[in-house]
Amino acid sequence: MAAGVAAWLPFARAAAIGWMPVANCPMPLAPTEKNKRQDELIILNVSGRRFQTWRTTLERYPDTLLGSTEKEFFFNEDTKEYFFDRDPEVFRCILNFYRTGKLHYPRYECISAYDEELAFYGILPEIIGDCCYEEYKDRKRENAERLMDDNDSENNQEGSMPSLSFRQTMWRAFENPHTSTLALVFYYVTGFFIAVSVITNVVETVPCGTVPGNKELPCGERYAVAFFCLDTACVMIFTVEYLLRLFAAPSRYRFIRSVMSIIDVVAIMPYYIGLVMTNNEDVSGAFVTLRVFRVFRIFKFSRHSQGLRILGYTLKSCASELGFLLFSLTMAIIIFATVMFYAEKGSSASKFTSIPASFWYTIVTMTTLGYGDMVPKTIAGKIFGSICSLSGVLVIALPVPVIVSNFSRIYHQNQRADKRRAQKKARLARIRVAKTGSSNAYLHSKRNGLLNEALELTGSTEDEQHMTKGTSLIESQHHHLLHCLEKTTGLSYLVDDPLLSVRTSTIKNHEFIDEQLFEQNCMESSMQNYPSSRSPSLSSHHGLTTSCCSRRNKKTTHLPNSSVPATRLRSMQELSTIHIQCSEQPSLTTSRSSLNMKSDDGLRPNCKTAQITTAIISIPTPPALTPEGESRPPPSSPSHSTNISTTTTSNIVKVSAL
Amino acid sequence: ADGGDAELELSAVRHQPEGLERLLTRTKFTKKELQSLYRGFKSECPSGLVDEETFKLIYSQFFPQGDASTYAHFLFDAFDADRNGALCFQDFVIGLSILLRGTVHQKLKWAFNLYDINKDGYITKEEMLEIMKSIYDMMGRCTHPALQDSAPAEHVELFFQKMDRNGDGVVTFEEFLETCQKVSSTAGAFGIDAILL
Repeated sequence: MAAGVAAWLPFARAAAIGWMPVANCPMPLAPTEKNKRQDELIILNVSGRRFQTWRTTLERYPDTLLGSTEKEFFFNEDTKEYFFDRDPEVFRCILNFYRTGKLHYPRYECISAYDEELAFYGILPEIIGDCCYEEYKDRKRENAERLMDDNDSENNQEGSMPSLSFRQTMWRAFENPHTSTLALVFYYVTGFFIAVSVITNVVETVPCGTVPGNKELPCGERYAVAFFCLDTACVMIFTVEYLLRLFAAPSRYRFIRSVMSIIDVVAIMPYYIGLVMTNNEDVSGAFVTLRVFRVFRIFKFSRHSQGLRILGYTLKSCASELGFLLFSLTMAIIIFATVMFYAEKGSSASKFTSIPASFWYTIVTMTTLGYGDMVPKTIAGKIFGSICSLSGVLVIALPVPVIVSNFSRIYHQNQRADKRRAQKKARLARIRVAKTGSSNAYLHSKRNGLLNEALELTGSTEDEQHMTKGTSLIESQHHHLLHCLEKTTGLSYLVDDPLLSVRTSTIKNHEFIDEQLFEQNCMESSMQNYPSSRSPSLSSHHGLTTSCCSRRNKKTTHLPNSSVPATRLRSMQELSTIHIQCSEQPSLTTSRSSLNMKSDDGLRPNCKTAQITTAIISIPTPPALTPEGESRPPPSSPSHSTNISTTTTSNIVKVSAL
Repeated sequence: ADGGDAELELSAVRHQPEGLERLLTRTKFTKKELQSLYRGFKSECPSGLVDEETFKLIYSQFFPQGDASTYAHFLFDAFDADRNGALCFQDFVIGLSILLRGTVHQKLKWAFNLYDINKDGYITKEEMLEIMKSIYDMMGRCTHPALQDSAPAEHVELFFQKMDRNGDGVVTFEEFLETCQKVSSTAGAFGIDAILL
């Protein structure tokens, strides 16, 4: 029920008293309103802008987010308001919908953003009011077309590269010359020959020099053989091209019926017909006419020029306007020709011998050409002649802008399509760069991790500082995620540094060394606040080595100094493993402390086996599984595949380079 | 043109209701209730006046299957106490006050007023028939059992049998009151105080 009408419901129910006295049966009991509340104001905080409304206003539409209990999810206890992290501008329209029952679509708003907001608040776009519905629909259609265009062009360009038969490749090459070099060459060659053919046709008729006779010959007859050879060559090329296209066409029947193929046929037919009936004098006249058709070869250029195609398409689409133009012109011509004929009938030696003869005068006058070969001599004739020329301007000027605007629209549409394609390419390139950037970052941090571990061996702390760059929490969490994936699949991302791969082998060997020591170190460090120097003393904490889940309960302190493990490591010889502890601190300096952090992500796939994987390098994340603490230490970079999780005895502390 | 102008006037004029205090004295609503009612009323009719067409439209929305316009017309007349062709907030709220907070006597008086189309104090059979027809019209065609054309007339007969004490063909308010208060079923049904605001 519409919002406004709901407000009248109590009134309608009250008015039902009018039925009571006439009712034959007793009325049913009215539904009681449970929890009848006084109407209260509720505050909706949308990105800082506060809107207030009555609760009942929102409850008018109980199947939307704001009208149902779904909004309780957004209730902020501290401020006693409903907080939505959305666009406040669009929210204005949405709230007005509750108030007035009409949903409006603001023109300045982007259609997809608006749609998203509507979807979020659970409002169907179909209820947009009539005043704004047209606009909304238009914009939506435009957007859909744009997306479709993009998809289409994407599909076209990607193409299904494999599994294209030879025929299909050829057809693609014909249609789109940019697909391969051969196609491009073919394209230019045919273009060249079309030009040559057209030029020869033109030059043939130019008089070039006199023969020692008295006639001046056109070049065509003087150098007949040369021109004939040229013509033959061109026709050969055109024929071959036509046959190839015919062969490659996916639908031969459709191809034969298409305009371009008809033009092709018309362009080469005269030659063959001429070959067939060379010396027959009777039809030589007809033969000469046929040569006229050679000029159609110029239309073959439309395959090469987009503008020509657009012009042709425009004329086709403006057929009705053109028809109107022609019709109105014809009407005017007939009228004026008749008038002029009868006006000039009287004058002697007038050129206006018949109405059809006057047509010529009318046309020349209406198009303001005015050759002057037919001129009215009587006064009446002159008067009507002037009216004719004035009206001619009007009649011709009217349909022309329509045609022009059509052409402009289609042309711009085409431009826009090209622009969109270019933009799309640029956008894809940017996305690709971003993607490679992020994967590079991942690999980089991985490398950093490995290098850190390498540096651990060498024990130079300054370089350590240098290597571990600070990574943001988000980045580290992302890397942790990638690392988890690696762990899950048992694969790992490629680290392209050969030096590091050497390291990995050493680390492998060291994997099982000093586990106990490490374990104990883990435990002790996990329970204590480490001073700068840490002694690898054994402690009796054993809880650490239990299952991953138990780790959750460890709240450890941050080991501030990453040099500590270094020192510790140095104290244990071949150890390339870094003791990492589970730490809880919110303020995490990733660069240094990361070295001290333990990553439990190996735990996730291995939870059951109660293994502990400690990360060698930065990225301390205890896995996201551990519920405590919002700010996990940054996740570690991925490990190279030294993480061997096969040894399943509990209490094994595995060290992997992350 | 006059109609159009009148419409223009109606929409251009902004009718302000009497003050809140005065309405409090005239009706039995609390202040909060009046505020809430007015807010709803004003958001529906920003100009402060409801003309008959709008009223019919609103009322018809509650009965989508039938034709509620005739009954809405009668209702409109019943509410429009000062007979000026438009419902203002006073009319609306005073009427509602009677219907929701009034005594049984007042409610019955209101109902009698509704049936008495020409407001002459008597309900004739013709008036009753019209009212009945309009009520049946609200039901629409698709009913079960199917609506007979004679149903309204029969119902009117029933009504007059019950109400018309002295058999003079018209029902006065006293007869009406008497009958309604006597008949226990309708009295029970008058417990429409359950129609809460």
